Amino acid sequence: MSISAPERPVREYFPTADEYQGLLDRRTRRSRLFEMACLVALMIAVIALATLLYTIINDSFGLVAVVNERDPEAIVSDLGYDPATVELVDAEFDELVGLLETTVASGVGRRLEREQRFYEDRLVFESDEVWDEICSSDAPPGGCTAGPRDHANLYALVVERVVVQDVIAAYDLVPSLVNPEAFDAEIAAGIEAGRFGDYTADQIEVEWRAWFNLSFIRSPQSATPEVAGIRTAILGSAWLVLITVVFAVPVGVGAAIYLVEYAKPTRLNSFIQTNINNLAGVPSIIYGMLGLAVLVRIFEPFTSGAIFTTGVPPAENGRTVLSAGLTLGLLTLPVVIISAQEALRAVPDSLRHAGLALGATRWQTVRSQILPVALPGILTGTILAMARAIGETAPLILVGAASFITSDPTGPFSKFTALPIQIFQWTSFPQVEFQKLAAAASIALLLLLLTLNAAAVILRNKYSRRA
Amino acid sequence: MTTENQVDRDQIAMKLTKRRRPGERVVRGFLYFCGALTIATTIGILYELGTESFLFFQDDRVGVVEFLTDTFWQPQVGRFGIAPLILGTFYITAIAMVVAAPIGLLAAIYLSEYASERVRGFFKPVLEILVGIPTVVFGFFALTFMTPLLRGIFGTSVVNFFNVASAGIVVGLLIIPLISSLAEDALRAVPDSLRQAAYALGASKFEVSTRIVVPAALSGIAAGFVVAMSRAVGETMVVTLASGASPRNFEPGVDPLFGHILNPFEGAQAMTGYVAITASGDIAYNTIDYNSIFAIGLTLFIITFALNSLSRRFVKRFRQEYE
Repeated sequence: MSISAPERPVREYFPTADEYQGLLDRRTRRSRLFEMACLVALMIAVIALATLLYTIINDSFGLVAVVNERDPEAIVSDLGYDPATVELVDAEFDELVGLLETTVASGVGRRLEREQRFYEDRLVFESDEVWDEICSSDAPPGGCTAGPRDHANLYALVVERVVVQDVIAAYDLVPSLVNPEAFDAEIAAGIEAGRFGDYTADQIEVEWRAWFNLSFIRSPQSATPEVAGIRTAILGSAWLVLITVVFAVPVGVGAAIYLVEYAKPTRLNSFIQTNINNLAGVPSIIYGMLGLAVLVRIFEPFTSGAIFTTGVPPAENGRTVLSAGLTLGLLTLPVVIISAQEALRAVPDSLRHAGLALGATRWQTVRSQILPVALPGILTGTILAMARAIGETAPLILVGAASFITSDPTGPFSKFTALPIQIFQWTSFPQVEFQKLAAAASIALLLLLLTLNAAAVILRNKYSRRA
Repeated sequence: MTTENQVDRDQIAMKLTKRRRPGERVVRGFLYFCGALTIATTIGILYELGTESFLFFQDDRVGVVEFLTDTFWQPQVGRFGIAPLILGTFYITAIAMVVAAPIGLLAAIYLSEYASERVRGFFKPVLEILVGIPTVVFGFFALTFMTPLLRGIFGTSVVNFFNVASAGIVVGLLIIPLISSLAEDALRAVPDSLRQAAYALGASKFEVSTRIVVPAALSGIAAGFVVAMSRAVGETMVVTLASGASPRNFEPGVDPLFGHILNPFEGAQAMTGYVAITASGDIAYNTIDYNSIFAIGLTLFIITFALNSLSRRFVKRFRQEYE
């Protein structure tokens, strides 16, 4: 029997060399296309981040058209300085108070003084008798208890009340750099169309403005965008983080130690573990509701500070820094626990066995052997949890931070505002100036987060070298 | 002699008996308390959502059936149907997933299958920064960049200032890093032997990625998608700022489906948006508004809990396959 050739030619089963090359090329091409698509997807994430940062920076600087009722340079020269070298912000405290005294109506002055006084030891607008009378009334205004205004606060008042600066139009950074003439043209067209009311071209000054600047960071919140700042909000956020850390770190690390070092695999303990994982997935706004219903409402005597004082409580209800801080504490607790657990689990068992074999109790082993080794991991996790707490907005809205506050928080029972709340409020206002403020506040918030993350990296490196 | 020995032995025995250490117990008790506090948190959430929702449904103006079936959310006239708010939430989530799922997955495939260590070293921190940016900043971004962009492309007469598309796209950007990092973990967990075998059979990189690695990691990837969905459903700030404060009430069968009900360029308040707007400022206790946010919170909690459980189930299946 001889081997016969297949009935059909080979090429019906196998491709010819050319066809084979074609198929191979097609597969290679498809593979390359796919790689490109994947890279493009990754680039989109990068572009998104870049666009976000660009938008914020673009909105924080640029040309503005302002109308000053009184020229700051004229005021400076009236005060006897050379306007070329001295700016209004450099003027003495007494001079600024003097400007206010000569400009604002006495009724307005009295109101400002009642909000917050100018000097510790004397009154400017109010007479001593009236002052004593209103301060001994049932509802004394803030000026009776708060400390005197500082220079930044006073300067903001002068700009608001004496200079009376009004930003009537604002431009973004890039168009301001690329095509500043267009802004002038826009202003001219606006005057033509009567969009700026009675202002004439002579009154309108076009100048550069950095919305994110030192006085923005140092000034308190204000309803006037030209002078509004974020000091109140930064201090509020600082208080929040402080309370969150004081609550969440000991409790979170404690729970992690219990679960990793002590807990036997009982059903209760595995339930605790599952529960922590579940809590980590609960939306932050639901923690806000927990804070509102439990901390603000049920624990009101505690969170408003009423049980700590005999007289009038520092805050009339529970919507305080303390409530909000504890809410954020509960929110970050699962994150702290999970990261601390990971750090503890990474500690080799040999350390535990060695400690116990030497006769140390479990707590002695944990305290002197395991915790020091796990510390960098715990610290890193904690700082990252704090970074999350700083940026949270929704729970703060729920526990009542959204109200307009111009005075700095003074303690855990103060009413407060926070950086993300400021950004939220300003973003939701339609005027363009507030958009600029929101962008500038976003820069501040991102810088704060960057600092925290850098701290986490530095701490991790420092401790891991020592270990 | 014997008596002296006896005394020694007693002393040694005494030293060897376990010393009582009250401190140990106190520490243990405190640590246990810390762990138990997490359960108290859960109980607190369930209790407060439950009781306030109960009060909400006790109100004469509200019925459970109406709550679940009515397609109007108009508290002013006493109509409390959650459908418009759920529509807002899920529409935004759907747009976000359409944006984020392909981008996140492809990015994960690149990072896990193609990227060199140096390329990874550049892209990973970028994604981590994106995760760390507060959502309120994304909300600002939606209003000042995405909404004007959409209005520029499609025209201001078509696209409302507050619209679902802008909110959905920005929420999508927000969850891309979440999907890519979870999917990348899943892809990297696929054993290399599978890839090697496929290469040995002559498969190209594309074929290995799409026909071997991705199917093998499918349950892990699905878990990532579901977690991202849950995150999008619970997302508050972008939604509150960009998609408006009016619920998209609709008359089923009467309103045009794509003209109104599913129009991406109209605003639609989401569940979280309603809660945030209603609760801002000093909301009075024991009003129907106050109770209604808890009923919505309960709905939100149930949805996210279901999604998170689903994702854990996927993860479990994935672990069984490879560990």
